[in-house]
Amino acid sequence: MFIFPSIASLIKLPGSLKIIVGVLIVFIVFLAGLLAPIIAPYDPVKSAGPPLTPPSPKNLMGTDHLGFDVFSRIVWGSRIVLQVVISATLVALIVGVILGIVSGFYGGLLDRLLSMIMDSLYAFPSLILAIAIAAVLGPSPYNAAIAIATVYIPTYYRMIRGQTLSIKSQLYVEAAIAAGLRDRTVMLSYIFPNLIYTILVILTLNIADAILTEAGLSFLGLTVSPPTPDWGFDLRIGQRFLLSGYWWLSVFPGLAIMVLALGFALIGEGLSDRLQLRGLR
Amino acid sequence: MVSKVPGLVRYIVVRGLMVIPTILVLYTFVFLILRVLPGDPVLAVIGTRYIPPEQLERLRELAGLNKPLYEQYLSYLLGILRFDFGVTLVAPQGVPVWDYIKLRFPATLELTVAAFLISVIIGIITGILSAYFRGTILDESLRIYSVLAYTLFIPWFGMILQYIFGVKLQLLPTGGRISPGVHLESITGLYTVDSIVTLNLSAFIDSLKHLLLPSLTLGIVLSGAYTRLVRNNMIDVLVSEFVRSYKARGIREWKIALYSFKNAFIPTVTLMGLQFAILLGGAILTETTFNWPGMGTFIVDRIEYRDYNSIQGAIIFFALMVGLVSLIVDMVYALIDPRVRY
Repeated sequence: MFIFPSIASLIKLPGSLKIIVGVLIVFIVFLAGLLAPIIAPYDPVKSAGPPLTPPSPKNLMGTDHLGFDVFSRIVWGSRIVLQVVISATLVALIVGVILGIVSGFYGGLLDRLLSMIMDSLYAFPSLILAIAIAAVLGPSPYNAAIAIATVYIPTYYRMIRGQTLSIKSQLYVEAAIAAGLRDRTVMLSYIFPNLIYTILVILTLNIADAILTEAGLSFLGLTVSPPTPDWGFDLRIGQRFLLSGYWWLSVFPGLAIMVLALGFALIGEGLSDRLQLRGLR
Repeated sequence: MVSKVPGLVRYIVVRGLMVIPTILVLYTFVFLILRVLPGDPVLAVIGTRYIPPEQLERLRELAGLNKPLYEQYLSYLLGILRFDFGVTLVAPQGVPVWDYIKLRFPATLELTVAAFLISVIIGIITGILSAYFRGTILDESLRIYSVLAYTLFIPWFGMILQYIFGVKLQLLPTGGRISPGVHLESITGLYTVDSIVTLNLSAFIDSLKHLLLPSLTLGIVLSGAYTRLVRNNMIDVLVSEFVRSYKARGIREWKIALYSFKNAFIPTVTLMGLQFAILLGGAILTETTFNWPGMGTFIVDRIEYRDYNSIQGAIIFFALMVGLVSLIVDMVYALIDPRVRY
């Protein structure tokens, strides 16, 4: 009992409520994507009733202009957004963290050059840059992922480089360098472990951001082509019918985007609250 | 006092020079994306249609693709200095991109400035309220607001406003900048400003009505970051030594609030600079949602035509704007916080 903290005391830690709610949201969306064939009552690209039927017990979120079941499309659509966003942020993370550690550790010309490039890219609106890249590569989920990965590398790089600089000046790192350990060992075993918590915070907050960017690309038609179910694109299609009063075509896909983004944002916020508690910020 | 002014001037000059590498990096990046990534811009325009060879050659010339890569890079860069952002490749062909920018940018400027003001006003008011009533239900709900505002998806939020105010209440227009029948002489391209200058009241009201929903959409989404920042800074100041000594000396509450806010305001200016990039990105989605004829809808239109020349021109123009705004923010910063100048 003394070793394992009770659940009640865990909840008392700052940010716990945010983390719990966030994890719950993310878990549900992941489950929906994973079990889409079981959860979705209808085929997302087959007619499930008369077009533009309002929400009813038969079609929980109504049907769209082609008679497709909106709820089933949202369940299936989670797959695209999750795949694109998770793969994109992981690539950005790996590239950004490696460059950040190396740049912060060695310093010098490489560091200055990389910093200049990353700062410039960071200053530019990420959505516009992602649009340019996705537009040139052509609309596909794969290309959207490349675009999103590219624009978020500076986010990781800047944070990790800064942290590396401060960790590098700690005594135990200086001792490790003085003891003649290889650079790679110092970076991997002395610096990197201290970055993991920071990386986790940036990752979750960044995923929330990336979800909105992905939705933006989809909304502009740069991710999928119809009739593939996709939240951002369905929202765009729904807008045409919104002004005639068919609100359910756009309200639900948009809510899905925001709930998922909120889930990750809450986890990130909660983790960041704890980080402050540990005096790391 | 004598050394103060040269310090400021030197600071501004140094900062001005630091913008140049930023713009160069962005230009190089965009140039490389459009030239080196797979896909020939000219072939993309043509698609699968058959085009006679001489016409193909003309397209390549318009796109500047007939020259070696380094020459393309340099000549475009020099062109920017003369506001030459290349010409459109299609629909219609050969129109300077700068002509479009001149036509479209005022619309984006009007939208972003209005949204910026809305976000700052909402953010500062909610932030101060949140700090003053910290720990209460009001504070809690404003903190939830700041997270929710951040995760709002702009097109969705815009559509909800369109549905409520445009479709249900029939109070406000759902798209465009001005009603078709309203006449307005264009001077600056900012319709609200033009209508004031020409004393055209009906056009002013009409353009303001059109501006309201898009700028509210973008403004509210961006306000959450200010709410949080102003709240945290205000709290830091409110519990600080100097506020306590003011209180001890019996200085009035509202005066203390004023002094506190002045100190809490400096980090807010930094955020304004950082938010500008998000403002521009958000403007693309806002413009698309509200059919607002600005730079965002221009880029989206040109993507459909696969007119890479126009996309490149528009994005490089955005890069110039980002550089300019970061410069302005730094100058404002130097003016309000003397510690920044060296």
